[in-house]
Amino acid sequence: MADGVLETAAPRTERAADAGGRWAVVVHGLRTYRLLVWMWIRATLAYRASFAMTVVGNFAATALDFVALLLMFSRVDVLGGFTLPEVALLYGLAGTSMNLADLLMGSMDRLGSRIRDGSLDTLLLRPVPVFAQLAADRFALRRLGGITQAVLVLGWALAHVDVAWSVGRVLMVPVMVLTGTAIFAAVFTAGAAFQFWAQDAAEVQNSFTYGGKAMLQYPPTVFAQDLVRGVVFVVPLAFVNWVPALWLLGRPEPLGLPPWVAFLGPVVAALLCAVGGLLWRRALAAYRSTGS
Amino acid sequence: MVDALIEVAGVEKVFSVRRKAGRLRRVREEVRAVSGLDFTVARGEMVGYIGPNGAGKSTTIKMLTGILVPSAGRLRVAGIDPFARSGTGGAAGGRLRLARRIGVVFGQRTTLWWDLPLKDSYELVRRMYRVPDATYRANLERCVELLDLAPLLDVPVRQLSLGQRMRGDIAAALLHDPEVLYLDEPTIGLDVVSKAKVRSFLREVNAERGTTVLLTTHDLTDIEQLCHRVMVIDHGRLVYDGDLTGLLAAGEGERMLVVDLDRELPPIDGVPGARTVKVAGPRQWLAFPAEASAAPLVAAVAERYPLVDLSIREPDIEDVIARLYAGGTATPVAGA
Repeated sequence: MADGVLETAAPRTERAADAGGRWAVVVHGLRTYRLLVWMWIRATLAYRASFAMTVVGNFAATALDFVALLLMFSRVDVLGGFTLPEVALLYGLAGTSMNLADLLMGSMDRLGSRIRDGSLDTLLLRPVPVFAQLAADRFALRRLGGITQAVLVLGWALAHVDVAWSVGRVLMVPVMVLTGTAIFAAVFTAGAAFQFWAQDAAEVQNSFTYGGKAMLQYPPTVFAQDLVRGVVFVVPLAFVNWVPALWLLGRPEPLGLPPWVAFLGPVVAALLCAVGGLLWRRALAAYRSTGS
Repeated sequence: MVDALIEVAGVEKVFSVRRKAGRLRRVREEVRAVSGLDFTVARGEMVGYIGPNGAGKSTTIKMLTGILVPSAGRLRVAGIDPFARSGTGGAAGGRLRLARRIGVVFGQRTTLWWDLPLKDSYELVRRMYRVPDATYRANLERCVELLDLAPLLDVPVRQLSLGQRMRGDIAAALLHDPEVLYLDEPTIGLDVVSKAKVRSFLREVNAERGTTVLLTTHDLTDIEQLCHRVMVIDHGRLVYDGDLTGLLAAGEGERMLVVDLDRELPPIDGVPGARTVKVAGPRQWLAFPAEASAAPLVAAVAERYPLVDLSIREPDIEDVIARLYAGGTATPVAGA
């Protein structure tokens, strides 16, 4: 077989892409992600009234659980030893990072149905990593509503909590949001990987993402120690807000971990993302050899 | 074969299926979807790939596109091994590299974006495949013209009829100048006019650009009108590979000479190589082997009977293939 002949006949762009290797694939994936997202945003904005309504709906839906919190505080002054601004801080952090991750890759939970109806195969035919195509699929701009709501609560909380602000403490806020987003994104990825084996795994994933968010909105002191332990060590969601926020508020960590653990968030997030990525690759490879 | 575009050698695909056996027990069973597949397709060929449902057609196509990894054997398309791990991009490298060189159309499902207008889908394809501007414009223009897509470009894909969508899909598969075009049942569910349009377009693409085409179908007219070569797969094995005439011979197909005599007569006999199978008034039907010439037969009949009119019916390819599937004994003809 005249290998060399065919290879040199390959289009120049392709050879350029090959030269860059894995990086080029990643960059092309990111570019395609951006492109698809932009396409979906344009399609969404074509119907402005309906878009506005879904954003408001999204805002209202997420605002309701904050109303529940306010109602609770109309009866009590502290919840698990936390004041309203302190709980609002936890709420705002959990909501912002979870809703951001949901915006960026919430469509991953459609993978199961794509496997069932066979449309995943059409994505595999394109010269772009499937992950990028799936994450951008039906990009739901309406989730800006939920993000706005969480950011507003976070802003109010930051203005009212009793914290001696320093440069480090101020920096900790964006670090927490980014760490939290990365952690939830990793959970979305792992959840998607499991959908290759169990196509209904999206529900399990939801219990970690949406359920996790609901839990993190309350102080760790209201939950049983074992549950808190699980959230710190097993699925380390606690690094989204609990662990670093306790440091910010100058409160003792309920599991009695050393204080430097508060700064481990980014490391934990990076590890989780690596695990998620690995699971994803494994799952996709298994799918390609079993076809189901 | 110097310029083999598709090379398949000893390819096998075994699925492991878990079957219920009792309340909790599951038994693992191996299902051989494709076995001992060997063939090559030369650049510019147009090959029909047929077989009954579940024979392994789709499994083969999925392996040829790099979606599905074979259990055994070697496979190369356009010089690329889609399953090479050594390629850049890890396990997916070969598949991603191959994706730029092939076009795929699934009759049963679209590769277009359901909620977006057709032209947005094309724009996405252009960027994903990084098609150079000039190439893209030329290809799109040509597809729009030949497939009558102009009035459809602003319509969301979900609002297109099946025939319109299929034309849209075929155009999308060709924008990046693929060397091979795989079509999985491209005419399924289409009306007569749409079918004709799709077929004439495929013929043009093949003739003008030299695009290699491999198509699976249940509509044998597709094969008759498009393909010089047919491969028949049954129970995961290639049972025939050759031209259409040979297929008729392998399936013991017969042609039919229909003669109108000037009056009612007893069944014609004594014509070598033919037998009379039906008589209705002055009209009689004579069957003869598909590969035999009709001329001596007509001469023999005309010499001895008062012949008014005649026609020749080609063998019914569906019957031939049904016989081939049922027998499963036809010896595989050596590949082209």
